[in-house]
Formats: sequence, C-alpha cells, structure tokens
Amino acid sequence: MRYLPLTPADRASMLETIGAATVDDLFIDVPAEARLAGPIEGLPAHASEMAVERHMSALAAKNLSAGAAPFFLGAGAYRHHVPASVDHLIQRGEFLTAYTPYQPEIAQGTLQVLFEFQTQVARLFGTDIANASMYDGSTACWEAILMAARITRKGRSVLSGGLHPHYGEVVRTMAKFTKDDIVSLAPELTADPDDAAVIAAIDATTSCVVVQYPDVMGRIPDLAAISEAAHAVGALVIAVITEPVALGLIEAPGMLGADIVVGEGQSLGVGLQFGGPYLGLFGCREKFVRQMPGRLCGQTVDAEGKRGFVLTLSTREQHIRREKATSNICTNSGLCALAFSIHLTLLGGEGLARLAAVNHARAQQTFERLAKVPGVTILNTAYFNEATVILPRDAREVVRELADRQVLGGVSLGRLFPVADGLHNGLLVAATETTTDEDIEAFATALEAVLAGASA
Amino acid sequence: MNAPNASGWRPSMGEAGEAKFATSSGDYGLMLEEALSFELGSADKCGVDIDEPSRAPAAGLSKFLRKSTPALPGLTEPETVRHYTRLSRQNYAIDLGPFPLGSCTMKHNPRLNEKMARLPGFADVHPMQPQTTVQGALEVIEQLADWLITLTGMASVAMSPKAGAHGELCGLLCIRAALDARGETRDVVLVPESAHGTNPATAAFAGFKVESIPATPAGRVDVAALKAKLGPNVAGVMITNPNTCGLFEPDMREIADAVHAAGGYVYCDGANFNAIVGKVRPGDLGVDAMHINLHKTFSTPHGGGGPGAGPVVLSEALAPFAPLPFVTRGADGSIHLVEEENAAEGHAQAFGRMVAFHGQMGMFTRALTYILSHGADGLRTVAEDAVLNANYVLRSCEDLLPAPFADSGPCMHEALFSDAGLAEGFSTLDIAKGLIDEGFHPMTVYFPLVVKGAMLVEPTETESKAGLDRFIASLRSLAERAKAGDESLHSAPHFAPRRRLDETLAARKPVLVWQGEPGIPGTPSLSEIGGS
Repeated sequence: MRYLPLTPADRASMLETIGAATVDDLFIDVPAEARLAGPIEGLPAHASEMAVERHMSALAAKNLSAGAAPFFLGAGAYRHHVPASVDHLIQRGEFLTAYTPYQPEIAQGTLQVLFEFQTQVARLFGTDIANASMYDGSTACWEAILMAARITRKGRSVLSGGLHPHYGEVVRTMAKFTKDDIVSLAPELTADPDDAAVIAAIDATTSCVVVQYPDVMGRIPDLAAISEAAHAVGALVIAVITEPVALGLIEAPGMLGADIVVGEGQSLGVGLQFGGPYLGLFGCREKFVRQMPGRLCGQTVDAEGKRGFVLTLSTREQHIRREKATSNICTNSGLCALAFSIHLTLLGGEGLARLAAVNHARAQQTFERLAKVPGVTILNTAYFNEATVILPRDAREVVRELADRQVLGGVSLGRLFPVADGLHNGLLVAATETTTDEDIEAFATALEAVLAGASA
Repeated sequence: MNAPNASGWRPSMGEAGEAKFATSSGDYGLMLEEALSFELGSADKCGVDIDEPSRAPAAGLSKFLRKSTPALPGLTEPETVRHYTRLSRQNYAIDLGPFPLGSCTMKHNPRLNEKMARLPGFADVHPMQPQTTVQGALEVIEQLADWLITLTGMASVAMSPKAGAHGELCGLLCIRAALDARGETRDVVLVPESAHGTNPATAAFAGFKVESIPATPAGRVDVAALKAKLGPNVAGVMITNPNTCGLFEPDMREIADAVHAAGGYVYCDGANFNAIVGKVRPGDLGVDAMHINLHKTFSTPHGGGGPGAGPVVLSEALAPFAPLPFVTRGADGSIHLVEEENAAEGHAQAFGRMVAFHGQMGMFTRALTYILSHGADGLRTVAEDAVLNANYVLRSCEDLLPAPFADSGPCMHEALFSDAGLAEGFSTLDIAKGLIDEGFHPMTVYFPLVVKGAMLVEPTETESKAGLDRFIASLRSLAERAKAGDESLHSAPHFAPRRRLDETLAARKPVLVWQGEPGIPGTPSLSEIGGS
C-alpha cells in the first residue's frame, strides 16, 4: 500500500523488539468479542491512485460547476476570482502539513501569517483587534452573542430581520439549549431594511443587537443609528459581514459603532467548495479581549531579543480553562485564513477598493438588465453586489426551471425562509467580477423565457 | 545503536561550535528572516490586475461609502510569492519529518486528496445550487457517510460539524434533544479527568454541569467511581477511547451498560479512532455518539490549525435528533438534502442547525479519497501499523524514560512517558525543546494531566522503521543528557528560527495587531481605525 512505509520484515523485527508474537497481541485490551477477525465485509479493498481518481472524477462530473454556467448565487457564499498564486502558496507543505503552532520556535511561519491576518481583519472591519479565525460566519455569530452576554451580563439578544436565516437558525438552535433569550425580528420585503423595528426592539435588558451589513436581501442598514440606540441603553452591536469584499466600498462597521464584527471570509481566497471549509472572521474592541473566543496570536521577543510570535491569552481557552473556557473551540480555520490573507495581500487596500467597485458595477449592470424583463422588479434602494429581485411567481420554481436551461440564477427566498410565505416571490441575485456581459444577457433571456412559460 | 537508514548513512558531525558572525543582511544562507507584509507593502502596489469599473457607484449607495481606502498595503505577485515562501520555511511540517504530537495524529496527507478536492465539480459549486445540479457532491457526502457508519457500526451520522469540538457539541445536543423528547431534565455530564479540555468545555457550552471521574493507577477510567456517580441527574458520560493515555478502555461495554441502565447516554470522543479503525466498531461497545476527526484518522491536512471536520456517528436512540442538513436518497434514486424547507416530512425531531451550509465539503472529498485509497483492508493495516509503531517507541525507550502505564500491557497508537528521574531542574520542556534541535517536532507535552510531566508520543502509521529508529536514538540521547544535567538543554532550541519565546510578555502586554510606525503614511492610529 503506497502510504504505508513498514515492510513485512520491518513489522516482524519490530514485534520481536516489543516482545509480541503478532500485531493482534497489541490489541489484547479490546474484548475478544468486539475484535473484528478481518476487514469489514461488504466494503471495497484498497485501490490505486488511478482508480480512485477515476471514481472521484466521475462524481465531480455529475455537478454543474459555477464556472460552467451563467452563475448568480450569493446568499452568504460568493464566487470570486482567486489568483493562482494563492492556491499554490497554501499547498506549500510547510503550511499545509503543519499543526497548530504550539511550538513557536518552529512555527513562526504560521504565527506571523496569523498576526498579519489579525491585523488585516481588524483594519478591514475597523475594529481594534481580531482573532486567528473561527469555523465560519454562522458559528462566529453565535460566539459573538455569547461574548456580548459575558460582557453585559444580560441575556436578551435581538436579531435583525435581515440576518441570514441559517445564521439565525444556528443561533436559535444553540440558544434553545443555553436558555439565552433570542428575539428574532421577521424578515420583510421592503426596499430598505427596517432599522426602526430593530431600534424599537432594544430595551434595557438587551445584551446585543445582531445586524447583518449588507443584509441577507442585499440592503444596507444604518449601523450608526442602530449603534447609537443600542449604546444608549448599554447594549452591544454585533455587525455580521457575509461579503467582506463589500468593505472595499462601504464603510467599515467598526467606524459606525459596531462593538463586535463577525463575518464569513470565504469571498477572499477560499472559493465556494459547496459550503465548506469556510472562514469565520471575528474582530472587536480591545477592551473586550479577555472575553473573546478562539485563538489569538501575539507579538513577543525570543531569548536573543528577536521579534517573534506566539499563541497568547490562552487562559481563555479550553485546554487551560476546561469547563470555564470562553468557548469550546479548539481548531480554527488556519489554512483558509492563510488563503484569505494571501489574497488580501495581493490586493492591498487600493486593489480591494477597485475590486469592490467592479463588483458593484457588475451588479448595477445585472439589475439594469433584469429590470427590463417583463414582470420583474428590483426591491432594493441600495445594494453592493447582491439584491432581491421580485418575480411574478414563486422563485423556487423559477430557479429550478432556470437550472433546466443551464443557468444558475440566484437563491430563492423560499428556500432560505420556507415558512415566510410573503417572501416566496423573492430571488436573491449576486454578481461579482467574474460575471460577464454574456452571463447577464443569458440570465435575462432565460428568465424572460421561463416567466413567459416557454418550455426548456 | 540503531541504523539511521537501510544503508547505515549518517550526516557527518562537522565542526561543532563554529563561530557565528553577524551578516549585513541579518540572513544566514538559507536561514532567511522575513518582515511583516505591512512593512514590505505599500498602498500603491497591487498583485492583481483589475478592470476599471464600468459604472460609478449608484446614487443609493453614496451615503454608505467608505471615507478612506482600507489601510492595507499591497504587494505584487513576485513579492507575495516570496513573502509567503520565506515564511513557510520557518515552519516544521509532517512533509519535513516526524511530527509525533500525541492525540493530534499528524500523518501523511496524500496529494491525491488535494487534487480531487480541487476538481471544479467539487471546488466550484455553490452550497445553495439547485439539488439537481449537485448530485455528485451529495453523493460524496452519502458515500463518506456510509463508510463512517459501517466502520463504526452505528446507525447514522451527522455530517455538518466543522471540527472535533464542534462534533462533541453536536453529540451532546443530540443527547439533550433526546432527553427533552423523553421529558427528562438531566443536567450532569461525567468526564474523566484525563479527557481533552474540549470535553468539559463542550459540556459546559451545551449547558451541562461537569463532574470529573478519576483514573485508576493503570490509566483507565475508574469504573466503580463512575458507577457511583450515576443517577437520575446524569445525562451521560464522555469517554475517550482509546483514551488520552494511549490505552484502550477494556470496560467500555460495562460502562455503557451501566450508563444506559441509569437512563443516560454514552458519548465517545473519537479523536483516537485511528488506532482502532477496521479493528473494532464503537457501535459494538454501546456508544451512542462519537465524533470522527477527519483531519486525524482520515488524513485531511491540519493546515497550521484547521480547518478540521467532525462528523458524528449516532446510535438508533440518537439518530432522529441529528441536526440539519443531511442527505437522504429518494425512491427515484436521486439524493436529497434535508433542510428547513422539507424537514417536517419525517425529520421533525432534528434539533436544529449547527452551521450555515452543509459542513466541510472540501474535507469530505479528501477523506473519501483517502478511504477509497486504503479500502477496508488498508484501513485495518493503518490501525495496526500505528499501534505497532507506538509500541516500538514505548519498548525502545522505557528503560530510560519512565512509562507510567507500560506494565499494564501494550499501548494503542501513542506511547506515554513522564519526566520522573531526570536530573534536578530538568523536565519535559527540556526534552521537547531538545528534540527541535535534533530536527524533530516535539511530542505533546504536559498532557494528559493525570501524569506529571507527561510526554505523549504518537508516531502514526506514516513513519518508517528507519525514521522511528532515528527518532528513538535522539529521544534516548536527550533523556541521557537530561539525566546527566546537561545545562545546554535549558536554552534549547539553539538551531531553530527562534530561540525560546517570551510567552509571559506576550500575555502581559498583548500586541495582537501590527501597530505601525508613528509618522508613516497609511498607518492609522488606533482612534482612526475605530478604537475605543
């Protein structure tokens, strides 16, 4: 077997050193009745690289990949062009096959990357500090709510109606078990987000208010107004970013008063990957650092006075504090953080701003064209690269019919919000720098045909 | 002395103690220092060519626009490639040599896995595409799920948890949901004192109280103490098997029967499943839930600290409560994703959702590739070789380094030593840092907590006999030096990119982001970046 270096002679000589007759003697602690006599029946035996590649390639070929069709999906996962050097660099064995940097003297590569990553995220979000990453945006969102409760010592959290429904589901699932009080505002098909409803829901018992920016329907809430109202009663503002490229164009949430900013970093460097692995981003005010979840990398010096980096403030973490830790999180998303960081280093601030401007321009082009399709209107007053399109019938059916025409035409609000009947004619449509003029025309033409009832 | 390789070749010793002088660059040959990207880059550089936007920002966006460009320096592509390549050379990695971190399972990461995960049909599909367009991706999840269920002898699997600790949480929430369905409130989870820190942290995170179970002198769960704690308030136990001392818990079935009789559930921490895959099925031992770290047993890369993946296999009793989403196959042969939209049809007891999408698809692809490469026979050999390698290390070093549980029989996939018997003032840390100078990554140190000065060595099946012999020779030499009181160990490592780092300073005055140099344009002050 190509991955197993021991030869039969090695095994025999090692057993002799150990003083065991057979390898099964090493499993003597396993009760005899539970020990399997041979390979589990009904499963295939080992296979060559060529055979496995054939099997996996056949599975991959059953999928319609985003690059093979006009593609307009977003809803928390965005298709951006990732420069070739990003994927090359993350496959350097020293990055790919290293562990968590518990031995800092021989892990400065990973540690310096994390320090740079933390700085990049903090500057992007407009927060003082950021951690070394979380699993994804949705789990970062729940961790932020827990952190706010630790800081404010209050347990009531308000979720805006514009929060991604899967993020809301993660929060409500967890809160069901922890008994935190979650107030979920209803999503509404309005041209602007209902900031007044969010502000009205904040009271003296509120720990935090969770506001997605831009929100799940692509609208942009007034974070400054919400922050002012929240801070007036001692509540914290958690801003949720699912499209970090937007921050090349619109103001950083930290500058608008957000106390904690969390997000999904997948847009930069990571790729779609059918939903994972993704990258949870987490920034906050410096004074909250000891209540933060997740790993933190900090600067220090070595015994010769050279600058170096270590994991720090680990007294917050599970391997030291056990049941008193700020979170049970152990792993972060190190390799995805590396990809994000490389992509952002290639872009720089100017490049990110220009990339964001191109995304917004492509979206404008898309919505200008879609607005000309009979029966279609655009909901949003403002948007970055994603907005809600209102169709004359249930968007779930339209999405399926578009797929029959090899067009990946967005995410239906009906799939995202199955119980909110009033939303079901809504279709979320996103465009990025990867969207071409031809894609836009193909989408609009197919949508016209589908809505006209033509058969594919 | 064991031969370092088949031919007997050894690196020549050279002249020790050569005088070091300062170079003008600060670099020393291939030992290259690297500045921060913030010190290298500048605002007017970009490594990506981006078209001019075809439109100015829409009027509706004007009140939301940034007042200034993000203060992020850019680098061109050659500068970027150099920056990260130079940084990469300051890392140790499994690609460079043995990485025997106990309980972390640093095994070879086959490159076929990487190639398969990058096929556009897997890497470039969106999680919310119409299900008819992602049947192959759903089939990967289904096939991997079938393998995990069969290898563990369990009833079903929840695929979405993002890492081991996240899987623990999933398992405990299934237990909570099952208790709720029974109308019972049980708020205590029993956790052995040898457990990973994630176990008690997860139990607390899920709203349980944690009670600790002591270990026996033989390094196993104290079954009598555990049974004495069982009662109507106990929701379940979390047992790591094989445990963190590298030993199989022979009384697992008896423990499970007692817990079940008392109305509780058995959570098994599957971090060490790599030692028993293909040899034992946890389902045969009475386990109700167990997470599987795909990045340990099934070789998905650790990536310098994630991403992991932690699917949770479940017993019949817990299966109905598995979180959304999951895949099922319809009567027509097509695969469906069960999510909020259709959960009511037959899956109404699902406890909710743990992640935004469907889990770590990129890791599923890699793990399935690894599993298919090994097959049922190869996976069994993986466990056997991992256990053989660990016992070889144990028996090759136990005369010099005390092995607290060696008398109780063979170990599983990791060998546990303690620092008892070293010279006054010498400890595990000196051995660990000495290993760095010898060209190895240290073992796990000071864990598990039940052994003072613990050193937990997990070679995995990846190491050849020659590689192990080199490692053993170095470990023995270090033990001898520490017993003889060799002071140079206290200042090890001497030959790494950095000497020992001041962790106290880092924690006392945390510097978590680059502060910049005052007066350099483009460096924002704390107040400018939204500081409090």
